[in-house]
Amino acid sequence: MEATGPLSDEGLVQLLDVDGTRVADPDWEPYAAHLTPDALRLAWRLMTITRAFDAEATSLQRQGELGLWVSCLGQEAAQIGSGTAVREPDYVFPSYREHGVALTRDIDLPQMLTLFRGLEHGSWDPVAHSFHLYTLVIGAHSLHATGYAMAMDRDGLVASGSPDKDGAVICYFGDGATSQGDVNEALVFASVNNAPIVFFVQNNQFAISEPTTRQSRVPLAQRADGFGIPRVRVDGNDVIAVHAVTQWALRHARAGQGPVLIEAFTYRMASHTTSDDATRYRTRADEEKWRQRDPIERLKKHLDALGELPQEFRDAVTAETKALGKRTRETVKSWERPALLTMFDHVYAEPHQQVESERAWFDRYQQSFLDEGSHA
Amino acid sequence: MPTFETFRMPDAGEGLTEADIVIWHVKPGDTVEVNQPLLEVETAKSLVELPCPVDGVVTELLAEVGQTVDVGAPIAVFDTDPGGEAPADAPAPAAESAPAPESTPASPAPAASAPSASAPSAEAPADSANQSRLDTPADTPTAAGRAGASESGTVQTVGAGAVAAPAAAPAAAPATHAEDEPSGAVLVGYGVRAGSAQRRPRRAEALEPIGGAADSEYPVLAKPPVRKLAKELGIDLTTVTPSGPGGLVTREDVESAAKSFAPQVLATYPGDDQPWLESGTMTKDGRATRVPVRSVRKRTAEAMVSSAFTAPHVTVFLTVDVTETMNLVSRLKADREFSDVRVTPLLIVAKAFLLAVRRHPEINASWDEAAQEIVYKHYVNLGIAASTPRGLLVPNIKDAHRLPLHALAQEIQELTGLARESKTPPSALRDGTLTITNVGPLGIDTGTPILNPGEAAILAFGAIREQPWVHEGEIKIRWVTQLALSVDHRLVDGELGARVLADVGRVMNDPGQGLVWA
Repeated sequence: MEATGPLSDEGLVQLLDVDGTRVADPDWEPYAAHLTPDALRLAWRLMTITRAFDAEATSLQRQGELGLWVSCLGQEAAQIGSGTAVREPDYVFPSYREHGVALTRDIDLPQMLTLFRGLEHGSWDPVAHSFHLYTLVIGAHSLHATGYAMAMDRDGLVASGSPDKDGAVICYFGDGATSQGDVNEALVFASVNNAPIVFFVQNNQFAISEPTTRQSRVPLAQRADGFGIPRVRVDGNDVIAVHAVTQWALRHARAGQGPVLIEAFTYRMASHTTSDDATRYRTRADEEKWRQRDPIERLKKHLDALGELPQEFRDAVTAETKALGKRTRETVKSWERPALLTMFDHVYAEPHQQVESERAWFDRYQQSFLDEGSHA
Repeated sequence: MPTFETFRMPDAGEGLTEADIVIWHVKPGDTVEVNQPLLEVETAKSLVELPCPVDGVVTELLAEVGQTVDVGAPIAVFDTDPGGEAPADAPAPAAESAPAPESTPASPAPAASAPSASAPSAEAPADSANQSRLDTPADTPTAAGRAGASESGTVQTVGAGAVAAPAAAPAAAPATHAEDEPSGAVLVGYGVRAGSAQRRPRRAEALEPIGGAADSEYPVLAKPPVRKLAKELGIDLTTVTPSGPGGLVTREDVESAAKSFAPQVLATYPGDDQPWLESGTMTKDGRATRVPVRSVRKRTAEAMVSSAFTAPHVTVFLTVDVTETMNLVSRLKADREFSDVRVTPLLIVAKAFLLAVRRHPEINASWDEAAQEIVYKHYVNLGIAASTPRGLLVPNIKDAHRLPLHALAQEIQELTGLARESKTPPSALRDGTLTITNVGPLGIDTGTPILNPGEAAILAFGAIREQPWVHEGEIKIRWVTQLALSVDHRLVDGELGARVLADVGRVMNDPGQGLVWA
């Protein structure tokens, strides 16, 4: 690791080292004190399921069943660690890689793939899961998230006097998004409005192919300083540390103390998407170095050392992942092409003249084909 | 029975059209399971490992290492039910019974092991090469035959690269087992691009662009100055054909619409602007003057004849105590808000009429003889009959139903002012829906007005006089007037006319009722 700069370990919070040994940190330990072996096993299980699902989805894309897949391989600790710190009435704004966070929000993972098969714009009820639809436009949702947080404040869901009922927003984006205008605008608004929002940056070191070193001269977390927003840098492959800092940040926001920026320093072990080939812009050696820092392996070592990962549990999780893979495959293959006209549904909450007009036009356009019906 | 599934080259990136086979990790006869590495391909974007899509046995590989394969083309066939019973009427697929690559010309030999295996057939005449390949499915339905036939010749680019005779292929591939036999050739691939290059046949008629005439509910696009112009000219923007980019109505569109509209509604004659008597000539006996019928007189005559002899008129009358209306007029005259307009009893009649029409919108209609339809208007353009130096004109107030009292007063004032100065714009004379004729100032009680052509009702408003009237059980001196309403009996029955007139009278008698109905 570099001594300085965006890839350094400057200020990096770590509670579990690469070998799975607990690191003493009196500042942050209290926020992980509630993590019993049961909780840690759950984290390991969720990370393992996320990875298995990710692999299955990647295969399905390679077999032509999905148009695209966005892998979160290597980022499981950042996602499960933070997602498990969320509770009602918090609200999550993901970007498009947060499959692990989705799992913590009880979203049926196979169902998420309608988006990646090009059937729907989103397949879950955001309100029911407190998990917004994926936003593919980089960073655009940071503004929506900030607005939502400001609204939560106005709705009396922040610093209400009963901390259990308070809520906050957590907004996920990547290192590349921090270079975007929208994210910087969101940071301005969140800061001056003291909005209850945690900006969770998963720094996976690549904006597609552009390395973090070409986007910043300092650790990304430091960008928060200019906005007057408190920030934490955390080892993104350490699920315990990620959980602890997110716990703190959400409590901070829920209590009306304003926004926080977390930089979870991690590594995207897969390519940007199935359309990308990471070997063209990074070395095998680099990938291997980070494979040694695998978040799931790290927690496994820790649990093994504690003797808290019995074989039966592993077997059960293996069976669970296999069943999920099978169900994912069967679910995806069972989907029919939707009627093309459904693309006009849900564009607006209420009937909209322009959309209706376009729907009617498109209907007539479809009818104009002699072999009507075959593509409908 | 064996169930064959064809695996087609997927689009491993976004929008790729082809990929090169780099290496096969399996060979025919291999038992495979889902997601085990099958082959590697190189696309324009990346080197990609493709995992196996099914559990089963590899029946045949349809593309060689080094070959460039179109996305959507079959590259492998699997038997997903190898233990199943073979169909009684067909022998087992050749590739299955003889998995060794060299024994089946149709199956590509792995390039690394025997690159020369397919070379001889490449040298062979195209016909015989095809014969040897395509005979196979005709006799024994190999999976290659299924896949090749279903693709109608794509097999040439997909199969052993050496066998390249595309022209002969479609004709030689009539045995489409895949189509005949539903159990075969289940398509595994998704997002197949091969077929999407073909244009689908379309019907002849053109489809108008979005926002065209068929979408009349779509808001009209026009810049504010053009909207203002249209309003001034009395042009309904929804009736104008836009010529600007993206369906924008331009100034020129409005102007040309105004030109094309005007003559249809209002004929103009030479000398329109002169007093009609000027051009008269004395008769020989000096006892009469003959004036050519023209101008406003001619139009009036045409209109009245047309109206009187096409619309059967029926007229209902009502005498009403309008003392409260007169009190209201006095109050409004003193009201600072109304200091800039003339407040007259006509204003209150107009408002009362509009309120009555709102309660009985069926009266706001016209008879379309040609279409044999009744046209119910969703707007009220309220005509006010005006005696002008040019003769009788009935300019109307556009969308009068939307106007609050003060605005209505302004409009009446402007309308009558323009009429008096003979400056009534043609647009003001067009598309009236209902009319009021104020005969009171002439000192008469009322009359039986003739409908403005195309309208279904006209209200005559007579002189308001102080008269003895029974008021709260006693004879009092009250302000009293007579109202008459003529209606087109083709579409308005006497009852409807009576209800409308009664409502007008009710508001005139007690303007407070207007609050209830407003």
